[in-house]
Amino acid sequence: MTTTDTGSAQALQPRAVPPLGKPRSARLPTVADTTLDNGLRVLAVRRPGVPLVEMRLRVPFAGPSGKAGEPHVARAQLLGDTLLSGTDRRTASQIAVDLQSLGGQLNASTDADRLGISGSVLASGFPGMLELLGELLTGASYPRDEVVAERDRLVQELAIYRSQAAVVAREALLRRLYGDHPYGRELPTAEAVQGVTPAQLRGLHARRVAPGGSILTIVGDVHPARAVAQVQKALNDWSTAGKELVTPELPPRPDVPALLVDRPGAVQTTIRMAGAAPSRTSPEYAALSLANMVFGGYFSSRWVANIREDKGYTYSPHSVFEHPPAGSRLTLSTDVATPVTAPSMLETVYELGRIATLPVGQGELDQARRYAIGSLQVGTASQGGLASLLSMLVGSGLGVEYLRDYPKQLQAVTVDDVLAAAGTWMAPSRLTTVLVGDADLVAEPLSALFEVERA
Amino acid sequence: MPSTRSAARPRRTGSPSPSYAVERFSLDNGLRVVVSPDTSSPVVAVAVYYDVGMRSEPEGRTGFAHLFEHLMFQGSASLGKTEHFTYVQGSGGTLNGSTHVDYTNYYETLPSNAAEVALFLEADRMRSVALTQENLDNQVAVVQNEIRVNVQNRPYGGFPWITLPPILYDSFANSHDGYGSFVDLESATLDDARSFFDRYYAPGNAVLTVAGDVSPDQIREWVEQHYGDIPGRDTPQRPSFAEPPLTAERRALVLDRLAPAPAVAMAWRTPDPADLATFLPYVVLAEVLTDGDAARLQDRMLMRDRSVTSVGGYVGIMGDALDARDPTPLIVEVHHPDETSVDRVLKTVDEEVDRLATDGLTEGELQRTVARMTARYLRELDPVMGRAQQLSVFEQQRSRAELVNELPGLLDEVTAEAVQAAAGQLRPDNRAVLELRPEGSS
Repeated sequence: MTTTDTGSAQALQPRAVPPLGKPRSARLPTVADTTLDNGLRVLAVRRPGVPLVEMRLRVPFAGPSGKAGEPHVARAQLLGDTLLSGTDRRTASQIAVDLQSLGGQLNASTDADRLGISGSVLASGFPGMLELLGELLTGASYPRDEVVAERDRLVQELAIYRSQAAVVAREALLRRLYGDHPYGRELPTAEAVQGVTPAQLRGLHARRVAPGGSILTIVGDVHPARAVAQVQKALNDWSTAGKELVTPELPPRPDVPALLVDRPGAVQTTIRMAGAAPSRTSPEYAALSLANMVFGGYFSSRWVANIREDKGYTYSPHSVFEHPPAGSRLTLSTDVATPVTAPSMLETVYELGRIATLPVGQGELDQARRYAIGSLQVGTASQGGLASLLSMLVGSGLGVEYLRDYPKQLQAVTVDDVLAAAGTWMAPSRLTTVLVGDADLVAEPLSALFEVERA
Repeated sequence: MPSTRSAARPRRTGSPSPSYAVERFSLDNGLRVVVSPDTSSPVVAVAVYYDVGMRSEPEGRTGFAHLFEHLMFQGSASLGKTEHFTYVQGSGGTLNGSTHVDYTNYYETLPSNAAEVALFLEADRMRSVALTQENLDNQVAVVQNEIRVNVQNRPYGGFPWITLPPILYDSFANSHDGYGSFVDLESATLDDARSFFDRYYAPGNAVLTVAGDVSPDQIREWVEQHYGDIPGRDTPQRPSFAEPPLTAERRALVLDRLAPAPAVAMAWRTPDPADLATFLPYVVLAEVLTDGDAARLQDRMLMRDRSVTSVGGYVGIMGDALDARDPTPLIVEVHHPDETSVDRVLKTVDEEVDRLATDGLTEGELQRTVARMTARYLRELDPVMGRAQQLSVFEQQRSRAELVNELPGLLDEVTAEAVQAAAGQLRPDNRAVLELRPEGSS
């Protein structure tokens, strides 16, 4: 082969990008949807891509506000961490060996609203996995030795976790937004963890790990009707009456200045801004999600173009919705080089102000719309992606129809709808700001832009 | 076209193996193409793998392979800056690129009606990437911020993937920081970028994979149309990066200003991954030692001794067991409290490895380890992009994309004796040990 000059005029002649082909829409998955006698709702979808089964179980697990919140968060965290530490029939080691033999994995974790148990398993191991799940739900024993060991380990892990700037920023932001509300405290304190006893975990499990209001989603190489029957058989004994709490209402938006948390020597400032957002079921949501897309919700957005691709202030700015049941929120995240902290805030507030007060271009809107619709299609093409999304949708009071109806809502959004939604929800004056960085270096430049409170 | 609705069915015995369709062809300019049709969902994955990674960057230009990956998104003959992103995302797709020790990849997952768009976009930058000083300066700043967020402003940042290689290896190629020093990044020039592109981004140095809802005939037509006239040029002979084995233990210490507690990484060289029969037992060994609470080290250190905070193990400096060429390590990484000395950690690992080397595996231990490895592997193949990536790397490094289907069978063939023998090769006198301590601690 000969070497050719790749910079030749012919090689550099621009060519036309080919047009998109005719879209082929995904078929709406057929969902077997059954509520068992014990109150557990079971959804099953056949998706035989690979011989695996994905499982997602959501158990309502709202916690209390105020003083009782702190010990609850510690207990809930440890309940998730030690749910697999033993039952009346198996030790922790046996559970681990059995899971591995099934070709399975299972993880339990809690947040302010629910206990989530997520797993996957070779299709051949599905019955064994259900049997283990049933045993854990009805007979998790929280053995003293295991709980004490996990308690100590959790304290060490929390210290490691809290040494990350992103975690410091998230904790400060949630506290700032929600105060004593359960959403204001995601992680337990080391002191509260040390105080948790096995008896408390058994009590919490007995009161709260109940089938009523719980949802189990199964996606994979299964026959849906047979899968439901298998679930019924395996989880038949799970009959805890349970005490369902509802997450309290959120406090009003705090009227507070930007908070600056000092991290001496930090080479970057970790910036987080957040505000309330409408839920997925709100009529404004489609328009707002497109507004956010144009602003900073994907790579081809204004915020990324500005502070990354034009100015090089940061690596990965992004703006995302979270939808906990008591109230959704929009959160902006970016980490910027320390010397450009104030200029980064200036550009960020500019882009927020722009989206909130001026109409977006039709081209920008159409591009964001195609991304929103297409990425839903891409995200549900795998077993795991479909299982997680379906579980989340049903947990939010929606159904599989959302995969068909939401694209239609997106199609209908106009430039005016985007402006109205962004004006209501994305104005910089509505957002709460937290920065974690070297306060000696960034406080003064920032105070040229807005009031800054040092933590 | 074979039916691929249920692409992966269990074989009669042993672990379930997938049976994805694999077709291949190449162009006169040397581009190799793999197509794996699967019409079960209307999505397509397009991946381009260039056979150049961090090991090939020149001295004085640490971090260049990764910086160049960023430049590949900054425009090409027909596309202005940011247009690559807007065409992919504006078609409903997601995209990224990544730089590894032995390759650099670029990939998109899109609704299948955008397959030709993605093929065009990759062809355009393979034909001629557009390089400007302004974009170079901008991306140097972006990469420096990437390093700040992932390394400098993060506890345990770069541990051990950046900090271990200089202990484990001697050559510049194997031991240097692949993220790059700020001085080297700032020294990069447009000429460096042009010559890097000319040398390593030739079509003959790339594998293009298309997986998902496509017709192979249509893909072939589009590939010929968009890539056929990219001039072929010499492709570099990949040098051997092999190094002699360690003959004595090597130890080093790094201090971390942000870390609250110590950690330690131990690394041993594995045999050349080119020979799967001798290499795979080491991959299985890493799992026997560390895959979950039923594994040897978790059971001993977390469940029984309760002496550590976490323990993990993997093959490949980035955990890329099946994606790296020789040399590559098996690594055990432990986070532990101050009260547990690093010597105790090492001694415990040695005892467990010795026990395995002496007594072998227990009844059923190999089967259950392989069962979960197989499940995890299948789970990675299910998303069409995971499949496209594995097809690409197998084709590029082993000229055998079909290994995606064959791997579970090969794992099944690994014997307990081979795993035991591999454990016998993990000795104190041929390992590298990197300790991390919080700065300011004693």
